[in-house]
Amino acid sequence: MGLWNARYEQVTEPGRHLTNQPMARFIIRRVVVIIPMLFIVISLTWALVRLAPGNFYSGEKKLAVGVEANLREKYGLDKPWYVQYGKVLKNIARLDFGTSLKYEGQSVNQILWRALPVSAALGVSAYIIALIVGIVAGTFSALKPYSWIDYSSMTLAMLGISIPNFVLGPLLVLLFSLTLFWFPPALWDGFPSRSLVLPALTLAAIYIAYVARLTRSGMLEIMRSDYIRTARAKGLSEGQVVMRHAMRGGLLPVVSFSGPALAFLITGTVVVEKVFALPGLGNYFINACFNRDEPLIIGIVAFIAITVLVFNLLVDIAYGFIDPRIRYA
Amino acid sequence: MKDHPATSEAIEGTSLWRDAWRRLLKNRLAVFGMVIVIVIALASIVGPTLISKTAGYSYDSIPRDSNLIKSFAPFTGAGGKFSWAHPMGTDNAGRDILARVLSGGQISLIVALIATLVSLLIGVSYGAVAGYVGGKIDDLMMRIVDVLYSLPYVIIVIVLLALLPAKTPVGQLAELFFALGAVSWLTMARIVRGQIMSLKNQEFVLAARATGVSTPNIIFRHLVPNALGPVIVYATLTIPTVMLSEAFLSFLGLGVRPPRVSWGSLAAEGAQNLAVYPWQLIFPGLTMALMLFSLNFLGDGLRDALDPQMKKG
Repeated sequence: MGLWNARYEQVTEPGRHLTNQPMARFIIRRVVVIIPMLFIVISLTWALVRLAPGNFYSGEKKLAVGVEANLREKYGLDKPWYVQYGKVLKNIARLDFGTSLKYEGQSVNQILWRALPVSAALGVSAYIIALIVGIVAGTFSALKPYSWIDYSSMTLAMLGISIPNFVLGPLLVLLFSLTLFWFPPALWDGFPSRSLVLPALTLAAIYIAYVARLTRSGMLEIMRSDYIRTARAKGLSEGQVVMRHAMRGGLLPVVSFSGPALAFLITGTVVVEKVFALPGLGNYFINACFNRDEPLIIGIVAFIAITVLVFNLLVDIAYGFIDPRIRYA
Repeated sequence: MKDHPATSEAIEGTSLWRDAWRRLLKNRLAVFGMVIVIVIALASIVGPTLISKTAGYSYDSIPRDSNLIKSFAPFTGAGGKFSWAHPMGTDNAGRDILARVLSGGQISLIVALIATLVSLLIGVSYGAVAGYVGGKIDDLMMRIVDVLYSLPYVIIVIVLLALLPAKTPVGQLAELFFALGAVSWLTMARIVRGQIMSLKNQEFVLAARATGVSTPNIIFRHLVPNALGPVIVYATLTIPTVMLSEAFLSFLGLGVRPPRVSWGSLAAEGAQNLAVYPWQLIFPGLTMALMLFSLNFLGDGLRDALDPQMKKG
């Protein structure tokens, strides 16, 4: 998997790890795996932050000897490494990530809760756009394979995969903000607003493409299967066959994509928030890395890791409800 | 080739590849992709030298005449008159954008190729060992892959590159190869494992074992060469992914650093001057998009040609 994994459809093995086991045991096993994974991510990040030469205070301006010692004492940086490491783990277990070094007097939790709605609004709108447009385009492609609809939507999908979002975003700004003056170029004013349109479209482009391709291949396979023939033989109309029978099986790849999609969406928001100067998690994260704001870095990494892992678990559970072939009990 | 009892087998062996080649040539989109990839790659390899030999400047030469240190539109020279000097215009420091795009292409291509090679080495060895050894070890190795799949890597790569920036330009590139290669081998490992599992019970492996070939030799000299088709296909599809990732990191200011340029860092520069000098973004951005588009079509074409069964859409 690359950072983007541009060709997700190559690697899907839907339900590979889902075997016939009781639902409760399945969930418990997955939750048990999540905890060591979280531990690995946090330890790795903490080690990177610690191993890197210098720290938050080693900037251009030299601090007076006493000042630096005081600051180090205040943030516990004078203690041996295992004490600091233990403290980080203990705080994360209590979901308290400490105080930011850069934004003085603000706790990491405050920053997270302020930035999260921005990123969430962006990600959720992008994902909804991707689902609607992608499923519609993919279904039409699959129903009339090798027609002009199929070719044009698949070429558009390939364009969506190939144009990087940091090129697409500025180009949309150039066209819709600076030439046509339809949308503001960089502004954040809440969830349903015109300022969200361009960022959400930029972020959605690549997922529209994925969802369309996944829907097409999933639906093509299902439309050839026996139970679709049975449904047709029963005398159902083509619309009913597609909507009630084919969709349920044909969209499984799309469902199993939503787990990884979240991880990719987070990556995407980092860029889109930078392009459109939105005050979201991604923007704070990049700035925290450049500023060496250790508590903020670890806090955001831990938060993202928890979100991704829990979401993946939910997707696996949802999968069992949708796919009639998988039964946990 | 000499006449030899094994010749008939050798011909059969090459005809598989020749068949694939013929199928590839029939796919118009794939051929289009291949031509564009070759053109952009050749231009990036030869272009910068050619420009410095003929026009006398490179991607980072700032003009001596201070009147020329500003961003000219494509095909415009001093005084706003038409000129052939800069077909893509110049950037804020008067540097030729064509030369910068081509030099950036060199870096982007090198990073993409070597990082793909790194991911190939790790993925093929890991997958081959897991698939051949099987049993508990295979279970454990694949569990690790499953676990790594659901980690948010980018985030860790960003932390790594932001906190531990390499000092030398070569070090920076090496860091990129390593970071990108190390996160893109998982799928390759899965694909190779599947191939090896389906091959390992065939007679030629039994024959090799019976004649006393060592396990590493069986894996790497007998099994891996037979699994090459899907490996090549997936490697071709990894190249654009890695290229995109490099551009993403460079766009954030974490990858290739000035004065060196890559397509990602050029796009970042261009995006800042978008309102006034749109050509600074449009040319590097579209060149990169065209390259990725063509690589993707070529990869899809190769997949269809080498492995008709994998064809799904």
